Amino acid sequence: MTDMSDIAAPEALEEASFLRDTLRTFSRNRMAMIGLIFVVTLVLAAAFAPWISPHDPYRVALDEQLLPASTTYWLGTDNFGRDVLTRILYGARISLVVGIVPSLISLAIGTVLGILSGYLGGRTDFVVMRLADMMIAFPSLLLAMVVMYTLGANLLNIFFALALVGWASVARVVRAQTLALREKEFIEAARANGTSRSRIMFGHIFPNVIPTLIVLFSLSIPEAIMWESSLSFLGVGVQPPEASWGLLVAKGKEYMFQAPAVAIAPGVAILLTVMAFNFIGDGLRDALDPSMKD
Amino acid sequence: MLMFALRRILVSIPVLIGITLILFIMLNVVPGDPIALMMKEHGSPEVIERVRAQMHLDDPLITRYLRFLWDALHGDLGTSIKLNRPVTDLILKAFPNTLMLAVCAALVSWLIGIPIGILSAVRRDTFLDRFCMGFSLLGVSMPIFWSALLLQYVFAMKLKLLPVSGFYGWRYMVLPALVLGWSSAGVISRLTRSSLLEVMRLDYIRTARAKGLGEAGVITRHALKNALIPVVTIMAIQVAGLLSGAVITEAIFSIPGVGRITVNAISSRDMPLLQGAVLFATVLVILGNLVADILYSVLDPRIRAQMKKEA
Repeated sequence: MTDMSDIAAPEALEEASFLRDTLRTFSRNRMAMIGLIFVVTLVLAAAFAPWISPHDPYRVALDEQLLPASTTYWLGTDNFGRDVLTRILYGARISLVVGIVPSLISLAIGTVLGILSGYLGGRTDFVVMRLADMMIAFPSLLLAMVVMYTLGANLLNIFFALALVGWASVARVVRAQTLALREKEFIEAARANGTSRSRIMFGHIFPNVIPTLIVLFSLSIPEAIMWESSLSFLGVGVQPPEASWGLLVAKGKEYMFQAPAVAIAPGVAILLTVMAFNFIGDGLRDALDPSMKD
Repeated sequence: MLMFALRRILVSIPVLIGITLILFIMLNVVPGDPIALMMKEHGSPEVIERVRAQMHLDDPLITRYLRFLWDALHGDLGTSIKLNRPVTDLILKAFPNTLMLAVCAALVSWLIGIPIGILSAVRRDTFLDRFCMGFSLLGVSMPIFWSALLLQYVFAMKLKLLPVSGFYGWRYMVLPALVLGWSSAGVISRLTRSSLLEVMRLDYIRTARAKGLGEAGVITRHALKNALIPVVTIMAIQVAGLLSGAVITEAIFSIPGVGRITVNAISSRDMPLLQGAVLFATVLVILGNLVADILYSVLDPRIRAQMKKEA
């Protein structure tokens, strides 16, 4: 045993026990675990959709329109004779990507701006926070609709629109945390050490914001899924023949009378996924950062 | 109090101006000619040229923005390209329908949300509490367009109790109000629950209990009065949120309101109409937030005292 390992050990131990505590609290939360299992299953099913489903999501079969559920077509077929369940599986790819990518973008932007705003204060803080005020005052759906109107309806612009809608609330939370952290002793010590400002912000403050970011991330995914499905439902989101769940509901609603499952089933997929992510988010919040609980 | 209200109003003015600027830039820096795009093959170059001149589209952007702001301040939001009528008229004609939908939906959400919230707080950590909160989460997690379809299917198509869509009387308002109200009932019930739980911990509640007052009396006569303060203030914000949720609801139920104007403006690429409708909705949201803040200070003496100290 050298002296080095003796010094290093307690810190490593502490980190390991924090992670272990977090995992234990999370795994004891039954709803969160159910949510997690659901999401993992969904991700696998979406990723391996071509191997799971024997049907082609784009193949048109006009002699097999709007069939009821059967052993071949578990949820029946749509107006083009395509298997509804297969369409939902492929739609999951888009809905999940749209849930995750814009959330990551708005998290990145919101974190950088929030830390800058909280740590630097002054004019930076003023400008960033007034921008955030405006973004938050803007009704989210309308803002996203205007972006889609201007830039055109495609997947990339949905990312942009949802990131634009989402960054402001992240920035506000991160700023508040930064304000609290900058008064802590370890930051003061770093400052006294002559550590550069950027190193303090992104080497010392940032790691302490990560637990909050994880919670925000898990809660912004269902929100993004909801916004995307609403945009697609209104016709300014994903365009056919691609299929997100919102679009599937929109297209299916014309045939509510003959085959209600075509519109209802993708909606159930949205509902379950959004709930699962919310359960995971609640579980993570309780495990990582109990102070965020209202 | 008056000072606070005044200061709060002054603070929202730059936010509002900033929003008009963002909105204007987003809608006016469109790649390509909006007029040519809208008229497609119908517009000859001369017609397009004339419309462009009429709308001052060839002026510098800053001039156009200032003119837009000046006109908007005077209640002039331009002319709809598609319908060839003043945007302000179209919006004001549609607004009462949207307002009625929002008010009915708000009522629904309070009638569902507040009792559920109280029930869950009183029976905290029991099966009933978890059930109520699960029900709330269900409401929040359902896409509005989907629950709308579901209710249309059950109540209009199958049971034939209510009309599917359209807007010709109160019967047409039931399903849209239910759909929209249910979607925000979850927020209300969660807030009611947490706020009531917080109040129940305070000293004056302990005093009331010590006096020998029954639990029901403690809640209805003492706790609820304070617990509902944040709920009341969120109502103002909520009405604003309902106005934007109304976009989807109006589109599905064919209610001729501001939300449907917005959707139609997008599909017919009617820029002035879209600009006007979005600006109108945003102003309402800012007003809602303003009212909420002021209401909060009026209702809660603690906030009032704190404000006096700051001022």
